[in-house]
Amino acid sequence: MPKTLFEKIWDRHVVKTIDGGPSVLYIDRHFIHEVTSPQAFKGLEKRNIELFRPQQIVATADHNVPTLNQHLPIKEELSRIQVQTLVENCQKHHVELYGLGHPYQGVVHVIGPELGVTQPGMTIVCGDSHTSTHGAFGAIAFGIGTSEVEMVMATQCLLQSKPKLMRINVEGQLGKGVTSKDIILYIIAQISASGATGYFVEYAGSAIRDLSMEGRMTICNMSIEMGARGGMIAPDQTAFDYIKGREFAPKGTLWDKKLAQWKQLFSDEDAKFDKEIFIDAAAIEPMITYGTNPGMGVGVTGEIPATADPKALTYMGLEGGAKIKGQKIDYVFIGSCTNSRIEDLRLVADFVKGRKKAAGVEVWVVPGSKQVEQQAIREGIDKVFAEAGFQLRQPGCSACLGMNEDKIPAGKYCISTSNRNFEGRQGPNARTLLASPLTAAAAAITGEVADIREFI
Amino acid sequence: MSKAISKIVSTAVPLDIANIDTDQIIPARFLKATSRDGFGDNLFRDWRYNSDNTKKDFVLNNPTYSGKILVAGKNFGCGSSREHAAWAIKDAGFDVVVSSFFADIFKNNALNNFLLPVTVSEDFLQQLFNAIEKDPKTIIGVDLEPQTIMANGRSEKFEINDYKKTCLLNGYDDIDFLLSIRGDIEDFEGLYATRY
Ligand code: SF4
Repeated sequence: MPKTLFEKIWDRHVVKTIDGGPSVLYIDRHFIHEVTSPQAFKGLEKRNIELFRPQQIVATADHNVPTLNQHLPIKEELSRIQVQTLVENCQKHHVELYGLGHPYQGVVHVIGPELGVTQPGMTIVCGDSHTSTHGAFGAIAFGIGTSEVEMVMATQCLLQSKPKLMRINVEGQLGKGVTSKDIILYIIAQISASGATGYFVEYAGSAIRDLSMEGRMTICNMSIEMGARGGMIAPDQTAFDYIKGREFAPKGTLWDKKLAQWKQLFSDEDAKFDKEIFIDAAAIEPMITYGTNPGMGVGVTGEIPATADPKALTYMGLEGGAKIKGQKIDYVFIGSCTNSRIEDLRLVADFVKGRKKAAGVEVWVVPGSKQVEQQAIREGIDKVFAEAGFQLRQPGCSACLGMNEDKIPAGKYCISTSNRNFEGRQGPNARTLLASPLTAAAAAITGEVADIREFI
Repeated sequence: MSKAISKIVSTAVPLDIANIDTDQIIPARFLKATSRDGFGDNLFRDWRYNSDNTKKDFVLNNPTYSGKILVAGKNFGCGSSREHAAWAIKDAGFDVVVSSFFADIFKNNALNNFLLPVTVSEDFLQQLFNAIEKDPKTIIGVDLEPQTIMANGRSEKFEINDYKKTCLLNGYDDIDFLLSIRGDIEDFEGLYATRY
């Protein structure tokens, strides 16, 4: 019987299926971080059990860390305790930790792929909804809650019901200045913030195959923003080339064996999906959101819908029917697991070179990992940013969720390359407009929402 | 904190807003604790409080409404995987959340914390909101065994898988179950290693 990519991976990880209930799904890789793991460690200790397979866990500190002066003790007490608790738990339970100060530290969904820990055909989980990012390599990857973190720690398994499957096909050529971030914002605007609830999504089509791994990760990252359990893309030569030679990638004959298996990971010709969607890549403009969920987005030359949710518009201080272009911006945040990889920084640096940020705009560039930061410095990207008046900070989640000091003040407008524009996400009453790194960079230069295509 | 649930009969707190995300349920800046307790105080923090004053018009601050059942608009619990959202709701004294649509991860998190998510039709949900608006003392009955929710003389059946239902009725959790089949898991690992 023909199988989808998802089914091929799912089937080989099912330990057993409970009658009238979920399946017991075996998990290959488990990422943990300081915010959603402490209660899980505590739970295990309470039950008096050891971690089942600690060597299949990788830990980092990212959500709560400062992005300035990381060598100093964390000032805020609760954050410091949380990060310290992670260090102690990892030591005690023999879990590999890339904590603050480690050359591999960074946002969990940036470091997994970068280190070659993320590989095709795997099941991958983390107590963070953007775990879907790893699906870009042809893995089943999804976010879980803390009770589930505890389950995986205890048994390397989860109880899961098989989701419905959706395929989104993006065919054709992207226009100038249009990036993978615009593709995903466009898709979510089309099908809404709950349009894929209950589904696992496979992205396919020529426009997806043409993307780099960084671009594919951006797309899979935001699958959760339309309610999907996760997103994935069949691995191809682009994926294999990216993985080869990375720290934890298979080497030698093991590489050959794995590669042969990875090449089988695609949806068979006649495989059945519960739903299919077709998108024309050429129809996609640079996108921007105007509201308080990621589905509230329009093309940058478009108008805020007159029918938009009044509660969202009031919060955002915007008016239905108005143009979004020209909207004044106070902050620019280039970062998060959606868009903080070296390719994103390069793209922004190329555009910004020789330009200066607009007066009164504050620009934070927060690299996704220590390795991205170091690479940026090696390439002189740090100098380009310094000359433009952009602050290059140290790696972490930062203003994506405003858990550390990096908060957008109340009422201020922030154009952000992250993935969520919920009320208060970047700080109480902060107003977030989601966009691609290029559109964010254009806003940094002009001080307002601008059409990047007019500058390149 | 795990506790079996079967029948909940209570008045309800209505929250007629769609797409309530986990950042609203519990904002990220309150996720710094290392234990599971005390999140109820910050449930819907930014809707409930101004910098330090209470927002009187928000429903959780309105003494007219109380109960163990939260009735909320469509697509409840979207956003992050933070289980703190379920902890906060449970900690604030709710045993049931009713909506016409739940985000997947939230639903799992709720079930893992013996907070019952009840999915009803759009129509039934609207009637609930209307009934509570008319009479805040409207009693809602949720019965897990026959999987029914009742209010105002109308009832509807809701879905839950048999396995989860057994867990909730008996106070079992998934970890207990998974630990009981650790032998099977080890056998699976052996086989898996030879194949992949
Ligand atoms: S960068 Fe943002 S979305 Fe990504 S893991 Fe961190 S908090 Fe979550």
